[in-house]
Amino acid sequence: MYETNYHRASSIDDAVAQFAKGTDSKFLSGGQTLLPVMKQRLAAPSDVIDVAKIKDMIGIEVSGDTVTIKAATTHYDVAQSDAVQKAIPALANLASMIGDPAVRHRGTIGGSLANNDPAADYPAAVLALGAVVKTNKRSIPAEDFFKGLFSTALEDGEMITAVSFPVPAKAGYAKFPNPASRFALTGVFVAKTKSGDVRVAATGASQSGVMRVAPIEQALKANWAASALDSVTIPASGLLADIHGSADYRANLVKVMGQRAVTAAG
Amino acid sequence: MSTVKLTVNGKAVSVDVEDRTLLVHLLRENLNLTGTHVGCDTSQCGACVVHVDGRAVKSCTMLAGQAAGSNVTTIEGLAKGDELHPMQAAFRDNHGLQCGYCTPGMIMSAVDIVHRHGGKLDEETVRHELEGNICRCTGYHNIVKAVLDAASRMKVAQAAE
Ligand SMILES: Cc1cc2nc3c(=O)[nH]c(=O)nc-3n(C[C@H](O)[C@H](O)[C@H](O)COP(=O)(O)OP(=O)(O)OC[C@H]3O[C@@H](n4cnc5c(N)ncnc54)[C@H](O)[C@@H]3O)c2cc1C
Ligand code: FES
Ligand code: FES
Repeated sequence: MYETNYHRASSIDDAVAQFAKGTDSKFLSGGQTLLPVMKQRLAAPSDVIDVAKIKDMIGIEVSGDTVTIKAATTHYDVAQSDAVQKAIPALANLASMIGDPAVRHRGTIGGSLANNDPAADYPAAVLALGAVVKTNKRSIPAEDFFKGLFSTALEDGEMITAVSFPVPAKAGYAKFPNPASRFALTGVFVAKTKSGDVRVAATGASQSGVMRVAPIEQALKANWAASALDSVTIPASGLLADIHGSADYRANLVKVMGQRAVTAAG
Repeated sequence: MSTVKLTVNGKAVSVDVEDRTLLVHLLRENLNLTGTHVGCDTSQCGACVVHVDGRAVKSCTMLAGQAAGSNVTTIEGLAKGDELHPMQAAFRDNHGLQCGYCTPGMIMSAVDIVHRHGGKLDEETVRHELEGNICRCTGYHNIVKAVLDAASRMKVAQAAE
């Protein structure tokens, strides 16, 4: 790892101010992505601003039909949260499937979303549930937040503070994990909103990161059942192809994970 | 350079390190606690697992500065004098190790698993929760046996307290 300067921020304002002082600063949350990348010398921030101990960045609130998860809340705490398990069990379940226990003890939702790995789990939930990403400056709807591989609507120095999820009528997540990394070879999140709309998002599948899956949405709108997807075909064009799976293989996985997600949602 | 103050195995320590220092290097190089191992550079093998404020974490994926003010337990902090921790004893009794390189991380992860699941632990859960710990020797079979054995010993010990 190249040299860097470590700062522990005491508040959101302090973090933003410290970030501005460095020549090439980065926020540090759980460090489960940033530190491996720094160890490989693929990133060399002049300053890392630790946001994970800021009180206003940690915790889960449920009010009415909204679950708000603050950005530095760990995957483990989301998975274990009674409030999340009750309001959006699929979200708690998703968090419990990220990486391994040690990764879940440190990794956070804000770090995962800012990183926007094309195979990460949370982006699928954020897009399918139509969540809103809150930053120190503004509120960004999921549709406008994800901008392709490892890229988001965040500006330099803009910090995610929380994510607000509308509570759905039903939701489910199913993932086919890469057996080595545990990331999603393909993961599909299905949601039926309280107003009866159906939203489906797939991660790990597309060359441009997390995506909505229109054919599955249409089929489930007509009939919310795993069997409704039997006749659906997912086009393979634009899907990822690598040593782990071809584009055709992933296209089929989108359908099969979609069916499993509907079954999980009930 | 920064001064990092933390508690390691119950002892308050204060160490001057470069800001880029990883917790595992502070433990091994500044405190000579070489039981914690480094087995990879991709945060995947779990040889470096220690407990920070009661939770199992990969000490190769945490800056020393992030651990400032925290309570860290390493493999050296488990035994009570000459008396092995029940997890250590169970690994010995069940031949849960061969070369031993992965063992400190396995044991720290396993103790964390038992703490979180208590008496409800079964083989499937142990195998699933050890996903972040890689062993190149044993084939995992005896490791899983050891963890389940230790879980029942720890339950008995807890009931006796
Ligand atoms: C072995 C292993 C297995 C994993 N498996 C999975 C998996 O199965 N599924 C999955 O989804 N992920 C997986 N991950 C990634 C993990 O979930 C990370 O925790 C997550 O991607 C990043 O979160 P973090 O809090 O650790 O962020 P960090 O590593 O601290 O930061 C990541 C990036 O986000 C930026 N950032 C952090 N916080 C903020 C903020 N509040 N505002 C703006 N920018 C911010 C940082 O500057 C950095 O660029 C795995 C990681 C490892 C090491
Ligand atoms: S050395 Fe930490 S995970 Fe391999
Ligand atoms: S005993 Fe050799 S790596 Fe596990």
